[in-house]
Amino acid sequence: MSFMKDISLLVKNNFLSGIDVLSRRAAQITVEIQQGERTNYNKVLDLSSGDLHRGGIKPITFVRQVLAACFYPALLEDDSLPLDVKQRAKILLSECDGGSIGSYTDSSGIAKIKLCVSQYITRRDGGVPSSPDNIFIKSGSQTALMIMLKLLIRSKDSCQTGVLIPVPTYASFTLALEEQGAAIIPYHLCEEQGWTLHVEELRKALLTGRKTCNPVALYICNPGNPTGHIQSRKSIEEVIRFAAEERLFILADEVYQSCVYGDDTEFYSYKKVLSEMGSTISSTVELASFNSVSKGFMGECGLRGGYVELVNLDPAVREYAQRLFSTRSCPPVIGQIALDLMADPPKPGDPSFPTFSEEAQSIKNMICKNTGRIQEVFSELPGISCQPLKAGFFVFPCLHFPPKAIKWAKKRQMEPDMLYCLHLLEETGLHVRPGCEYGQRKDSHHIRLFVATQQDIMEDALQRLKTFHMRFMKEFS
Amino acid sequence: MSENGALPRLGKVLTVDTMNPNVKKVDYAVRGPIVQRAVQIEKELKEGVKKPFEEVIKANIGDAHAMGQQPITFFRQVMALCTYPQLLDDNKFPEDTKSRARRILQSCGGNSIGAYTTSQGIDCVRHDVANYIQRRDGGIPSDPDNIYLTTGASDGIVTILKLLTAGEGRTRTGVMISIPQYPLYSASIAELGAVQVNYYLNEEKCWSLDISELQRSLQAAREHCIPRVLCIINPGNPTGQVQSRQCIEDVIKFAAKENLFLMADEVYQDNVYAEGCEFHSFKKVLFEMGPEYSSKVELASFHSTSKCYMGECGFRGGYMEVINMDPEVKAQLTKLVSVRLCPPAPGQALMDLVVNSPQPGEPSYQTFIKERTAILSALAEKAKLTEEILNTVPGISCNPVQGAMYSFPCIALPERAINAAKAKGQAPDMFYCMKLLEETGICLVPGSGFGQREGTYHFRMTILPPTDKLKILLNKLKEFHQKFTQQYS
Repeated sequence: MSFMKDISLLVKNNFLSGIDVLSRRAAQITVEIQQGERTNYNKVLDLSSGDLHRGGIKPITFVRQVLAACFYPALLEDDSLPLDVKQRAKILLSECDGGSIGSYTDSSGIAKIKLCVSQYITRRDGGVPSSPDNIFIKSGSQTALMIMLKLLIRSKDSCQTGVLIPVPTYASFTLALEEQGAAIIPYHLCEEQGWTLHVEELRKALLTGRKTCNPVALYICNPGNPTGHIQSRKSIEEVIRFAAEERLFILADEVYQSCVYGDDTEFYSYKKVLSEMGSTISSTVELASFNSVSKGFMGECGLRGGYVELVNLDPAVREYAQRLFSTRSCPPVIGQIALDLMADPPKPGDPSFPTFSEEAQSIKNMICKNTGRIQEVFSELPGISCQPLKAGFFVFPCLHFPPKAIKWAKKRQMEPDMLYCLHLLEETGLHVRPGCEYGQRKDSHHIRLFVATQQDIMEDALQRLKTFHMRFMKEFS
Repeated sequence: MSENGALPRLGKVLTVDTMNPNVKKVDYAVRGPIVQRAVQIEKELKEGVKKPFEEVIKANIGDAHAMGQQPITFFRQVMALCTYPQLLDDNKFPEDTKSRARRILQSCGGNSIGAYTTSQGIDCVRHDVANYIQRRDGGIPSDPDNIYLTTGASDGIVTILKLLTAGEGRTRTGVMISIPQYPLYSASIAELGAVQVNYYLNEEKCWSLDISELQRSLQAAREHCIPRVLCIINPGNPTGQVQSRQCIEDVIKFAAKENLFLMADEVYQDNVYAEGCEFHSFKKVLFEMGPEYSSKVELASFHSTSKCYMGECGFRGGYMEVINMDPEVKAQLTKLVSVRLCPPAPGQALMDLVVNSPQPGEPSYQTFIKERTAILSALAEKAKLTEEILNTVPGISCNPVQGAMYSFPCIALPERAINAAKAKGQAPDMFYCMKLLEETGICLVPGSGFGQREGTYHFRMTILPPTDKLKILLNKLKEFHQKFTQQYS
């Protein structure tokens, strides 16, 4: 009898989700299809994860050419690669010890790349200075976020450290918080107004939170996942002011910052807005902002390249943060290089620019067309509505279940939207995630749909959803 | 909260007092203050500052490519093909590189290494790893379901430690680790708030492991914690010892008797040089000891793409195999690894190539075997050279470098030097290494960063610089030591 059952309580109490159930069933169905056991559809349509490449989008040519040359520098002698690709690869290789991407790098990332990222941030923020010393590159923004949590969360205290998080929020973040022993303080986004963040809601949540734990951090996801909303400048100011008044550390997850659609939409970084708010606030509010190569039109999730920029950290704490960031040797070099390419893409006049800009633009156009189509299809369906998509890769439509459907789910001891997703998968092969995984207001139900996929795939998905949804609503009316 | 909205009080949310206190104990000597100083000196040299040397030689970190070792051609070709599949049409690439690349891409989402993989790692890679382990261990089966691909071996090691750290105060998990040890262990133990339980390797007997020492250490630890884990690094870092088969059996018996989870760090498994030494995997020995042990002893063994002959540290590729883990605990492990989404796909792909390298008859085989052999034999030569030269220095005594990538010689320090160090608030071997750096540009890591018996001093030096540079390094070191000894006697 293994005594190992007595394992870390923190690990044991981890957030339990239905992730396995749905994904596992999707995998099983794929096998059934391969073995010819299914006739109602010939493949599973996977719109469950925020993975551009898995969804059929091709990687950006310039990125892959530079990476290939870095892997195998003999390609630099090749005529097939454009000049700017070769130049970039040469520069990056010269920054690696021994000229090889196989060497360890500085644990916070290659200096030249951190500089490049800091320059990107400064350009993005219209001139607000950014220092490479405050930038830490990690194996994905998730890793950087977890390290910040490690810094903030005092798991041994009798009074739990609290972190305010939006509802809805993506599932693996909740898992990370639970794993670190943080108390989760949910604040609801306002769905009716396009998933906006109201400071009153933050205030309410904080008041409640203070009764049971010690809130120290406020986590924001902007642009939002799964909601697709983007904060207005005014909203960001209000949040920052709130954080200043209530003494909260802001964790700004901004990984979808380059996926913004619509003529009237603009991304404002927390750092930029902070810098323009008067010297008291701008020099005291502590902020960590996160970005990554996984999102945006690069979609290089598997390369694991992300960074955090720290703003206004206490210098002594910064020293410790540096130490924490440096115990895992270094972030994957290929991921770092991808970050350099994201921060400093081809410019007009560069040989690779035409192809690059075409590829990037076509992805944006595709997403816009997809969301247009989604609204069209939904407008014809009863019991399903969707807030406009402003940014990011997902929509989070609301399902208005008839009471009969709710009863049925209760009998089956499952969340209604989870049951909906399971049946949707079973009957049409469409795999999307249920809202219960992300959190939602009581008695509200949602699904999360990935929209950064090719138009014909989106059309196929919408048809499957339409067919199923009509049948479902009719059956439970 | 003030009424007019002004800040009620200044001062940070996150201060040294409000942050997680465990963070204060985190230290990682390999990249510590001596490396920071080395980097500073490099900058100064670049700026034209005059020094008694022309370059800084970083013999502190186990990074082969940084020291000029060339990557294996086959690996890099396949990686280029995986990254930019257009190259599959290029006839400069041999057919076996293309078939490997196609196979890897087929198992990636959207046929791209840019897609997320499952958090346990790409299926076909885990299968290939299991097959490799089976071949390596003379046919003992390996289940792909027990294989977890990781972001370097460090990721796997920390994950397992996290899983096993529980309890409070006197019931807190104790983690047994060798002294000297690779400081990832001490840093992680500190970070997780587990209890570090030291067992001393025997320097007189070439850093061997004595069961009696394990017993002593365990007994003492039981007074203040619950020892649950026994970590072994074989071949050893920093010591380079390669454990004998008998020793491994004895350790397994000990772990079985005392109910300890075994963590076998085997990242240097191809780096074995000394005559009469051979790598024995813990798994193989465990299973050859019969079901009494093989069905009960819980074991996690770790491997990586960073060492051996590959030296691909920057890829962050690795795996761990977990044996006899309680199914409930294993379910928790699977959940734990899902929090960080997935290990880097390029590292997973590279791991696949390492365990599935060119076979005789394949087009890339000749070149591959030539490159691999050259690297390993150069390392063996340098291991011997290092031991020989260091042992000619009065006051330095170096055990044979049986394996891995380092020498960890014992240095005699004069009383005056020890006092001078203490006056500066520095460990005596740190004081020595700092002086060495300032006067010769050679960057080593002081033994205090790895742990050593009280009153003894060491440094860790890699054997990775190219042979001619290594000779220069060793002779400079010899000169320095003699000068230093004289200066402080």
